[in-house]
Amino acid sequence: MTAPTKKLKVATTSLAGCFGCHMSFLDIDERLFTLLEHIEFDRSPLTDIKTCSPDCDLGIIEGGLCNAENVHVLREFRKNCKILIAIGACAINGGLPAQRNHLPLTAILEEVYHTSPGLANGMIPNDQELPLPLDKVHPIHEVVKVDYFIPGCPPSGDAIWKVLTDLLAGREPKLGHRLMHYD
Amino acid sequence: MSQTFTLDGDSIPFADGQTILQAATAAGAFIPHLCYHPEFKPHGSCKLCTVKVNGRQTASCTMRATSGMTVESNTEEINAGRRSLVQMLFVEGNHFCPACEQSGNCQLQATAYYLGMMSPHFDHFFPSRALDASHPEVLLDFNRCILCSLCVRASRDVDGKNVFALSGRGIRTRLIVNAASGRLADTDFSPTDKAAEVCPVGVFLKKRRGFAVPIGERRYDKTPISGVPEEA
Repeated sequence: MTAPTKKLKVATTSLAGCFGCHMSFLDIDERLFTLLEHIEFDRSPLTDIKTCSPDCDLGIIEGGLCNAENVHVLREFRKNCKILIAIGACAINGGLPAQRNHLPLTAILEEVYHTSPGLANGMIPNDQELPLPLDKVHPIHEVVKVDYFIPGCPPSGDAIWKVLTDLLAGREPKLGHRLMHYD
Repeated sequence: MSQTFTLDGDSIPFADGQTILQAATAAGAFIPHLCYHPEFKPHGSCKLCTVKVNGRQTASCTMRATSGMTVESNTEEINAGRRSLVQMLFVEGNHFCPACEQSGNCQLQATAYYLGMMSPHFDHFFPSRALDASHPEVLLDFNRCILCSLCVRASRDVDGKNVFALSGRGIRTRLIVNAASGRLADTDFSPTDKAAEVCPVGVFLKKRRGFAVPIGERRYDKTPISGVPEEA
């Protein structure tokens, strides 16, 4: 790879995820220095920038959609990023949070805040600052167009590196045996 | 064995009565499949083994080989169709690999890897399916069932018990347990039954034994499904 004249702007976020995919991203270790010759981070937990610039080249989304804010952030990313990548099982099929999908939301809130043992005077949080939960957890491709997917829980640093370097080189990303994992 | 057909340009010998899939497997060629198992009569339902014979699509597990036929299997067009079939299987059930004891040993997952399935593509159904934990030794997790009917055939044809059946039609088809209560504990099912070991996914889970082999060191973690010999 030869360094481009203009660095690509990359935004990242974790929606209904555990930040495990971001940790795995950092697992590319010293290759981050090589990456930073080609990209600069925009909105991301790594920069603490709160909104996307309108000219982001790449948006990397970890986690699925479990509340209204997740949908809002996802739409902001789609609007401002030329290419959107879903990273990890939760963004791709809802993952662990989607295990609640066969239960009615009211029953979950009741159990968590009212009827679990050890709760006294429990109440379901209802502050207007809190985003409302969705009825079901959804993968992100059900709401916006997603250009590329990196499966895994989390995908390995090597898998993330492979997809990013393929994209930077203008190749269609491809994961072979061992890099391709759903677990 | 002087008769042959061509599979993706290679000459494949076959004996009278052999299907395309049987002859290909015997010759060491891989055709993706989920509902086919060498010990059982073909079911022809998953359609993963679809090939083109002289330009027309057919299931290679049910089509007998004939001399001189031209079979295409490993082409971008056919694999794209197979990928769509696997994606539909993923969204129709609840297949959450990171939390599944069968991950790494699962033929559905390994076939999806082989076909390069990067996403489910379709909207998820997230169906609500109850577990059957009634049996003291084996748990049934219907969330993962792909309706291949291998447990149905194994229980009926090998175990001689007829414990399982596919009930309903179309998208409402589901695996049921043949007891008045519908519970596995109320049948003569035994954990040593053939039916308990043929599941290509993770419906049958032996209780009190989990993750004996770590994730990452399992059958299809080590070798792609195309390189794992058929169990017979």
